[in-house]
Amino acid sequence: MSAQPEQPDRILELKRISKAFGGLQVIDGLDLHVDQGEIVSVIGPNGAGKTTLFNLITGVYRPDRGEILLDGGSLLGLPPHAITQRGVARTFQTLRLFLNMTVKENVMAAAYGRTKAGVLRSMLRTPSMRREEQEISRLAEEKLAFFGERLMGYRWNQPAYSLSYANRRRLEIARATATGPRVLLLDEPAAGMNPKETQEITELIAQLRTEGGYTILVIEHDMHVVEGISDRVVALDHGIKIAEGSFDAVATDPRVVEAYLGTKAAATK
Amino acid sequence: MSEVEGTPEGPKIGVDEWVARHGERAGLRGGRLAPLVQQAERLPWWALLAAAVAASALIPFISSSDYVIRVAVNTVLFALLALGLNVVVGWAGLLDLGFIAFYGFGAYSYALLSSDQFDLHFPALAAVAIVIVTSALLGLLLGLPSRRLLGDYLAIVTLFFAQIYVVLATNADRIKLPWNDGPTDFTGGPNGITDIDPISILGYEFTSVRSYLWLSLGVFTVVVVALQFVNESRTGRAWRALREDPLAAELMSMPVNRLKLLAFMFGAATAGLTGAIFASLQLGVFPQNFDLPLLITVYAMVILGGAGSIPGVVIGAITINVSLELLRDPSNARALFYAAIGLGLVALVRPWRRLAVVAGATVAFGIVVYQLADAIRPAWTSGSIEGGRFSELLDGWVVHPVDSTRLGNIGFILLIVALLTLTEVRGIWRTILLVPTLYLAAFVWENRLVTEPSVTRILLLGALLVVLMSWRPQGLLGTSRVEIV
Repeated sequence: MSAQPEQPDRILELKRISKAFGGLQVIDGLDLHVDQGEIVSVIGPNGAGKTTLFNLITGVYRPDRGEILLDGGSLLGLPPHAITQRGVARTFQTLRLFLNMTVKENVMAAAYGRTKAGVLRSMLRTPSMRREEQEISRLAEEKLAFFGERLMGYRWNQPAYSLSYANRRRLEIARATATGPRVLLLDEPAAGMNPKETQEITELIAQLRTEGGYTILVIEHDMHVVEGISDRVVALDHGIKIAEGSFDAVATDPRVVEAYLGTKAAATK
Repeated sequence: MSEVEGTPEGPKIGVDEWVARHGERAGLRGGRLAPLVQQAERLPWWALLAAAVAASALIPFISSSDYVIRVAVNTVLFALLALGLNVVVGWAGLLDLGFIAFYGFGAYSYALLSSDQFDLHFPALAAVAIVIVTSALLGLLLGLPSRRLLGDYLAIVTLFFAQIYVVLATNADRIKLPWNDGPTDFTGGPNGITDIDPISILGYEFTSVRSYLWLSLGVFTVVVVALQFVNESRTGRAWRALREDPLAAELMSMPVNRLKLLAFMFGAATAGLTGAIFASLQLGVFPQNFDLPLLITVYAMVILGGAGSIPGVVIGAITINVSLELLRDPSNARALFYAAIGLGLVALVRPWRRLAVVAGATVAFGIVVYQLADAIRPAWTSGSIEGGRFSELLDGWVVHPVDSTRLGNIGFILLIVALLTLTEVRGIWRTILLVPTLYLAAFVWENRLVTEPSVTRILLLGALLVVLMSWRPQGLLGTSRVEIV
């Protein structure tokens, strides 16, 4: 139990994380930390290891080496659902909604980890179980209300597959927040959105911090979004951190430019 | 992605009206059954349950035939099995082919606890409670090694388990135990266990078939209510979530492995309970009661009725079990056969003028063929036609040779060739070919199939399933599922 007096509000911390798939080193000795209330963006070209990083944090993969700490407690070896219950929730780059469940059920299902009525109590429909069900229902409505009119009213009882693409992305965020996280991992929240929707999602991420109180780690390709939201930007390439700092510093870092555009472009600049 | 502009005639894809009208289109998708389904959906589920159970409980007052009541009891038992399988397959989405072994396990466990086999005679309620708990534990045991298996692999392992169960029940009659000198008889081998105690509760002994109908209806009500409540709870939502996307469910804080085990246990407990009632009703259990054909039947019920829907699988159980019983009687089977062909023609041949031409041509074709056959060789028309409804009508139309088996077999092969050709040709040729095909079907039916009722009823049921599943792939009351968007 070595407390870190110089960083008392450090919420998520990755120490020397490595992961290889066969001979391919996807993440190589990566250090990363996210402080309480911070919005950190992870950028990097395709195949840089960004999504793998999320999969390592959420327990889908186990790192070969290194340590992952949430509030100083290790997440290593925990199954994904236990990690989510400790307060790390994510969205997916390729949407993974429960398509044939209703919009509201999608959010209600994600409250599983923070509720506890067992099957026996459910079969008997005890008062405590019914109270909990009402709470879940209220929680879901509250989480959906965060997105204004878009996911409200008649949409609650419609299957998730009937939503438009942008609304599906919003529903994924609503579902993730229903697990009661402190850290939200957003995997390309603006992918496939038009400029207006992208602008909206930028404002929404800022709102998630100010109103929702979440600490956010986000993967994003759209540099306007990254510029608009980030307190700090981390650039990855081939699983190695090549730059870290403010958006301006990282965006002009020669190594980042090289990773995106190649050496020749960097030389002519 | 840019905003998609809607055309004046079509719905605007991706904008609000399109989403708002989803319910309307969902109704359209259901076809002609949709208004009925929507009406039924407006009623609360407990009202439907109460009405169905009350109506079934009155059957003994309407018909005094023990046979009818026994069919009713069997149907309720099948409905219970379908409900149990629905938890595993319909809700949790696990392809469990070992399901029927739990039914057998429940029946045999009850038999061992309440017969002279080991001279144990537990009170019925205690025996049933033990059966439910041990079945659930066996479900857990099967689930433990299989919980990481997906799809096909799970199916293979559980199918293996079902087969082992039958083999075990057939051969566990000469087991050598270290503390016994002679071999011990556990299951009675192929002869099974007989003289099982009937269920008795608070001094009332369930002996008559009608009392078993009421008992099984009571159990059915309890099971439906319990499952409905679980379905509406966080566990039910989590099962459906894991069916949709196990990885997303796991990452949304649901312990997927534990939920799978729970689904296995629920299915196994329901099947075990049903097995106990079955054993006490039949007063005996035999290995062949729990073999693969039963598994296929229960699966057909769940799939036909609509996996995932409680009223759906119950209706599936009723439809399949009642049709199988009706088809036992050749004259019923004949009526059903011609009715099915007639309905199929009415549904598929349009406009009605063409239908009239086809019908008239078929009748004329038959008369001509009959006269020709009679003129060429009288032996071709002097065989006997099975009695029953409208057998006189058919005399003079269907050729019925003395040597009906051989010509019937040839006719059967010709019929299959004709049906296959029918699916390949188009336009006028299809209409023309339809006439001899229909006649051939009648010929094969009267000369060959009618003499083999046990095969025929399975054939007809198979045909019914094929037709229904191509008409409503999601099952009668199931909701069609979207996999990729």
